[in-house]
Amino acid sequence: MTDSTAALLARPELALADDALVLSHRLGEWAGHAPVLEEEVALANIALDLLGQARALYGELGDEDELAYLREERQFRNCQLTEQPNGDFATTIVRQLFFSRWQELLYGQLTDRPLAVKAVKEVAYHRDHAEHWTLRLGDGTPESHERAQRAVDDLWRYTGELFQPLEGLTVEGHPVDWDTLRVSWDGYVADVLDRATLRVPESPRQSGWRAGAGRQGLHTESFGRMLAEMQHLHRSHPGARW
Amino acid sequence: MVVMADERLRRMREVAGSVPDPELPAVSLAELGVLRMLRETSAGHIEVELTPTYTGCPALASMAEDVERVLREHGAQHVTVRTVLTPPWSTDDITDEGRRKLAEFGIAPPRPGGGQHRTEPVVVALGATRGAPADGSDEHAAEGSQLAEAVDPIRCPRCGSTATSLLSRFSSTACKALRRCDTCREPFDHFKEL
Repeated sequence: MTDSTAALLARPELALADDALVLSHRLGEWAGHAPVLEEEVALANIALDLLGQARALYGELGDEDELAYLREERQFRNCQLTEQPNGDFATTIVRQLFFSRWQELLYGQLTDRPLAVKAVKEVAYHRDHAEHWTLRLGDGTPESHERAQRAVDDLWRYTGELFQPLEGLTVEGHPVDWDTLRVSWDGYVADVLDRATLRVPESPRQSGWRAGAGRQGLHTESFGRMLAEMQHLHRSHPGARW
Repeated sequence: MVVMADERLRRMREVAGSVPDPELPAVSLAELGVLRMLRETSAGHIEVELTPTYTGCPALASMAEDVERVLREHGAQHVTVRTVLTPPWSTDDITDEGRRKLAEFGIAPPRPGGGQHRTEPVVVALGATRGAPADGSDEHAAEGSQLAEAVDPIRCPRCGSTATSLLSRFSSTACKALRRCDTCREPFDHFKEL
């Protein structure tokens, strides 16, 4: 790895961009499969917002196509939560709830970054969407409740990574206040889960194998397959356009 | 001749501003509030700033192409279209005329106050897959919704009724929500406050 690549990979903007791109791609996988048409459209719209964020952030760092399509798995800096497979609808919604609230709180702090100031208003709608679906699934039928609880339990281990400070991410010269962010996130999630009649897991957020090394470029098994699908067209047909 | 140059630039602004939004052709870029700036940087070279409604708005590229084309048709030799994010676009940037045209086109315009509406209790209609009945029989739907609606209702663009329910928070584009009128039963898009 060259020095300039190493420097690029250490940029906190890259982590934020990768979060947005990877989650956008995951949400895009719902196209043609969502439970109802309205949700198909909603998830696609959220994916589009995230793609817009990713493009704006990549634009600050270099060539967006190179960054999206020509990096290897270990050069991606997204948190592992964003790459988790869609699973059932409850899994996707809980992933959205965890991520959108985190993104809303983080972007809310980044008051000197035009992209964050703009996107935070959009992310609030993503969070709102996830929140109401969480209530509906958790406090719905026995099956929807059970699936929502399973999603919360399964994804919980990936939430610790969200609060690992991103080196170099500052607001007007000061580091982001990660403690406040975590406390706000915890309070919000506990409240939503409670209203949804769901349990906050007691398990530690970082299990024995230390879930959450996405920021260091270590990803979970399914991410490689996702990346292969996302990148194969560009890699097979360099410069392809339509 | 400063006066002539001003007049020509005024005309350029008018031409660029009158480009229709590719996805909402009823309103122009000026009415939507996305044309931020137009100036002549050197003889024949026009610089334009556009701001996206939403960060991922796919219409922005086509807006930029349309603006460049009409400006060239009106005598510009070089056109540079830049995208600016600051200050972030708000639905409050839509002009009164733009709101009127949206309603005429069948889209309920955003209420004034931008994204503040979002932090207010939002109308939440939670049914099996669609909006709850207006009688508030769904407990989650009832949370605060009547309050927010009573203060500043969204009107059906077709019949003007204020009895409407939310079908989906995201409609054909990210900037709209899908609602249904409880009076005339027609579904309609609502331009969400941002």
